[in-house]
Amino acid sequence: MISVQKLDKHFGGVYAVHNCTFTVKENTITSIIGPNGAGKTTLFNLICGISKPDGGKIFLRGTEITGLPTHQIARLGISRTFQQAKLFRNMSVKDNLLIAKTASDSEIKEVLKSVHFPLDMNTKASELSYGQMRLVEIARALLKPHKLLMLDEPTAGVNPKVRQELKEILFDLKKKGHTILLIEHDMEFVMSISDDVIVMTQGAVLTRGTPKQVQADKRVLEAYLGK
Amino acid sequence: MAFINYLIHLAILIGIYSILTVSLNLAVGFTGLLNMGHVGFFGIGAYTSALLSLAGFPIWLSILCGGLLAMISGLLLALPTTRLKGDYLALATLGFTFIMGSVARNWTDVTRGALGIPGIPKIVKGNPEFLVIVLIIAAITYFVFWKISKSRFGKTCEAIRDDELAAKMLGKDTFKHKIAALGISAFFAGIGGALFAHYITFIDPSIFGIGDLILLFSMLIVGGLASVKGSAIGTIILFLLPEPLRFIGFPSSILGPMREIIFALILLLILIYRPKGFFGRVDLA
Repeated sequence: MISVQKLDKHFGGVYAVHNCTFTVKENTITSIIGPNGAGKTTLFNLICGISKPDGGKIFLRGTEITGLPTHQIARLGISRTFQQAKLFRNMSVKDNLLIAKTASDSEIKEVLKSVHFPLDMNTKASELSYGQMRLVEIARALLKPHKLLMLDEPTAGVNPKVRQELKEILFDLKKKGHTILLIEHDMEFVMSISDDVIVMTQGAVLTRGTPKQVQADKRVLEAYLGK
Repeated sequence: MAFINYLIHLAILIGIYSILTVSLNLAVGFTGLLNMGHVGFFGIGAYTSALLSLAGFPIWLSILCGGLLAMISGLLLALPTTRLKGDYLALATLGFTFIMGSVARNWTDVTRGALGIPGIPKIVKGNPEFLVIVLIIAAITYFVFWKISKSRFGKTCEAIRDDELAAKMLGKDTFKHKIAALGISAFFAGIGGALFAHYITFIDPSIFGIGDLILLFSMLIVGGLASVKGSAIGTIILFLLPEPLRFIGFPSSILGPMREIIFALILLLILIYRPKGFFGRVDLA
């Protein structure tokens, strides 16, 4: 689905992402974990075109997307949510979703139902709780035609009930054939939903494998806690 | 009769300024571009139409050219400035207005500098007939911007205002949308300027003054951002509210400052008690 090859990004003399290489397979949930400052969000920003890489290449289903403008990358099939939910706050939930794609009311209701959104679609975005904003942002990313769904810390700041719902939502999406790449700090969440886990530290991929393999890798513990 | 003429004069100015306010709202209220160049586009429309009509061009063609040149200026201004945000965009576009004023003052071969351009032909002889024309154009402007506000383009502009990065991530070319918003907005400002020139029949560089810019923003804020109806009503309110002062008998040296005080007071009260204006959908914060 997506292939990242020897990606580099530095800010001044500091490498935020360095020689980063990995692939994400179709119809899988792949999680990127790593301590704060490991370069996870920078990597997401490079893939989405928000930042331009200093080296390396990114391919989406064989098409090179390195350095393309964000809107073009989005049109090529990448949907993304952000660490802080980015809704259009002066618009209703429905209008937020309509920006992603022209859709009928029933389509909108369906996608909102699929993310367990509990309120009316005409509710104003600024009136939602943080957890509800997260759900609407995921619904909006889902409604936009995509090949790859990227979620940046989807459980950050949400209560345990919404967290459990998110788990179910992601399982459902995988069943429906979606490919998901996510950044997450909640290890229980990551280990229970991921097919593949990529561990990053100091801008590079430390290791990758199934949740069990990663949990058994001493280097991962060292990356988080130090030697 | 004099009173009716006065009312017609007032209605004509309200019509022209509502064209300006409604069009400014597309850039500021809907797209979130703090555009201080609107008075510059207004002046460009006025000067272009005045000069062309005096050179023998048909008046309607001159007015259209005024709008088009203002639009081209808007597009050119948008190319470098829409990459700026907030205060920086405001400063850059304000600079554009000042530059246009400076050009009007110093390009004396064409604009006659501070002497201004007198004898601009009227579109029609009588003011009542001109009022009808202004109201028709104002109604068309209102309709165009109302349609835009309901369109996919308008909704995307609103999305850009609320969160540009999120809009980009949904596949929206925000740069093109911002340029288009500023271009459309400038076209109607140019038309407004042209109508103003053919009504007053005299223009000088003071048309690029900051006073009008403050007045326009006051109308916008009072009526409410991102509301086409609000822009029109804000214009009516701010034009009519200080008018009774004329009949109290204050000397003109007091009348002018009092109008400014009233505008400032209204703005202050609106900002404190109704931060969204009367019909706005967007918080000024």
